Amino acid sequence: MSMKYDTLSPDLFEPAIVQEDEKEKIAAPHLNAFQDAWIRLRKNKAAVISMVVIAIILLFAIFAPMLSSYNYRATDYNNIYLKPCLEHPFGTDKYGRDLWVRCWMGTRISLLIGVFAAMLDLFIGVTYGAISALVGGKVDSVMQRVIEVLVGVPSLIVIILLMMLMPAGLGTIAVAMAITGWIGMARLVRAEILKLKSSEYVQAAILLGTSQGKIITKHLIPNTVGVIVINTMFTIPSAVFTEAYLSFIGLGLQEPNASLGVLINNGYSVLQSYPHALVFPAVIIVLIMVCFSIFGDGLRDALDPKMRK
Amino acid sequence: MADTRTPLIEVRDLKRYFNVGGNKILKAVDGISLDIYKGETLGLVGESGCGKSTFGRTLMHLYEATGGTITYDGKPINSKMSAKERFEMTSRMQMIFQDPYSSLNPRMKVMDIIAEGIDAHGLAKNREERKQIVNGLLQTVGLTAEHAGRFPHEFSGGQRQRVGIARALAVNPEFIVADEPISALDVSIQAQVINLLKRLQRERGLTFLFIAHDLSMVRHISDRIGVMYLGSLVELAETEELFAHPMHPYTQALLSAIPEPNPDEERSRQRIMLEGTLPNPVNLKDECKFCSRCPSVGQDCHGVIPPLVEITPGHWVACQKCK
Repeated sequence: MSMKYDTLSPDLFEPAIVQEDEKEKIAAPHLNAFQDAWIRLRKNKAAVISMVVIAIILLFAIFAPMLSSYNYRATDYNNIYLKPCLEHPFGTDKYGRDLWVRCWMGTRISLLIGVFAAMLDLFIGVTYGAISALVGGKVDSVMQRVIEVLVGVPSLIVIILLMMLMPAGLGTIAVAMAITGWIGMARLVRAEILKLKSSEYVQAAILLGTSQGKIITKHLIPNTVGVIVINTMFTIPSAVFTEAYLSFIGLGLQEPNASLGVLINNGYSVLQSYPHALVFPAVIIVLIMVCFSIFGDGLRDALDPKMRK
Repeated sequence: MADTRTPLIEVRDLKRYFNVGGNKILKAVDGISLDIYKGETLGLVGESGCGKSTFGRTLMHLYEATGGTITYDGKPINSKMSAKERFEMTSRMQMIFQDPYSSLNPRMKVMDIIAEGIDAHGLAKNREERKQIVNGLLQTVGLTAEHAGRFPHEFSGGQRQRVGIARALAVNPEFIVADEPISALDVSIQAQVINLLKRLQRERGLTFLFIAHDLSMVRHISDRIGVMYLGSLVELAETEELFAHPMHPYTQALLSAIPEPNPDEERSRQRIMLEGTLPNPVNLKDECKFCSRCPSVGQDCHGVIPPLVEITPGHWVACQKCK
């Protein structure tokens, strides 16, 4: 040991004085759950980019058809299958309709169907799952068996049957998808509420004499909202996709209505000679799918209190 | 000597069984009888899975008892209680939970967490009074009014545990079950919480059932200690008596596991190592539950379940050999 102890004077070792009220001070700024989630979401670059892309697609879907001088169903037989140019940024189709307007109109319709189907899923799934978990016992058993039977029925068959029974249109597609789509949400909500019901803070609330209603509104609902929001974020793109593939196989919307599926179906038939008719709607649907998934993923990480560092 | 005091809680032959599929029955709590006296701290120790927490929760009526009776201050606690009686009980008995991370609702502010009992029992006439009571409680547990507007995730483990204690205190209970309140905390924070509990007991005359597996901590806080093994109480005595004269072989083994702070004594400490592991608690035979691991097991240990007998005044042991 070559250390010279006499070079260290004793007054270097004074105890630090800590004020009594300093001990328990929390230095971190005061944040509510929303701000906290936003900060963590902002750190996730991919999620932020996805959010911006979704916003841009939404803006175009809302405003592009309004601001263009063309109508999505107006035909112009002098200008069929034009290549993308200044006048027609995405070109035209076999009837000379402007694909720029049709693409964004289709995006609008596809997203509307997606959101509508997701809302139906949300409403039915949350109600069903919550009742199943809260009542419990025999009711829960019966409700879960019903779900298991529904899972066993192939959803495509149910959808095709329904599309034949009901008049074709936006609402029909959304309802047909919701009829089997709510099961995932119902299971998720049930599992979440069952987990919360046995959590220590709900037991503490029971011991404190808190009423059943208050336990539901103060403890169960606020703590399931995150899961519900995230699942909805994943439901929207899958509903958009289902719509597209129903339209592609000819079961969805019919001409001259536009949806991304209808556009892709039309573009697919002329893929070799006029690829632009397929490329643009296909790129939009891919962007919607990918961005919603990445954004939903980022949102899950941001909302989950366990991911806090 | 213990008999002169008045019992606040009388537990007689309390049983809590869980059906674990088929005809298998897990006897988590199997016939426990004890008294908890007013103003005392009863420590309950035993290894993981011996039924300590189940006993505490059955006492709080979070679990339905399978058999036996619980009497609180002369009134029976069971499923026959009316909703009103049960509600009244909630202001007299409270519980502090083990995990400070899962016992506070992450979506509620500390103000609302602590005020939960105040709201349920209508203890505050208006928002101003509610705020005052909460701030007072925060001060009692060593936090400040500034903390009331924060969310649980902003606190450290020790601070959260103290929020949990403040929540339990809000309804002015006389009896608190502390279910391993310190086992999830750092050693430096454990002392802080233990000392807070001791101070609260002194100031408010609280009665505690203190469930833990850290023997040194239990010795520090408890007046009497009960030792549990596989759902049964094997020994119950005053703290100093138990540490000076442990009678049950299991207690002896347990106490020999406590490390000595003095290194010279630590070196000469004789550890009683138990053979084997904890037997499967499902479908046990009708014999002394400890006989499979007991170092002094004899022929007569296998036939009967030894009852808890008072060997010297206040010192109860459940063992055939200790007579």
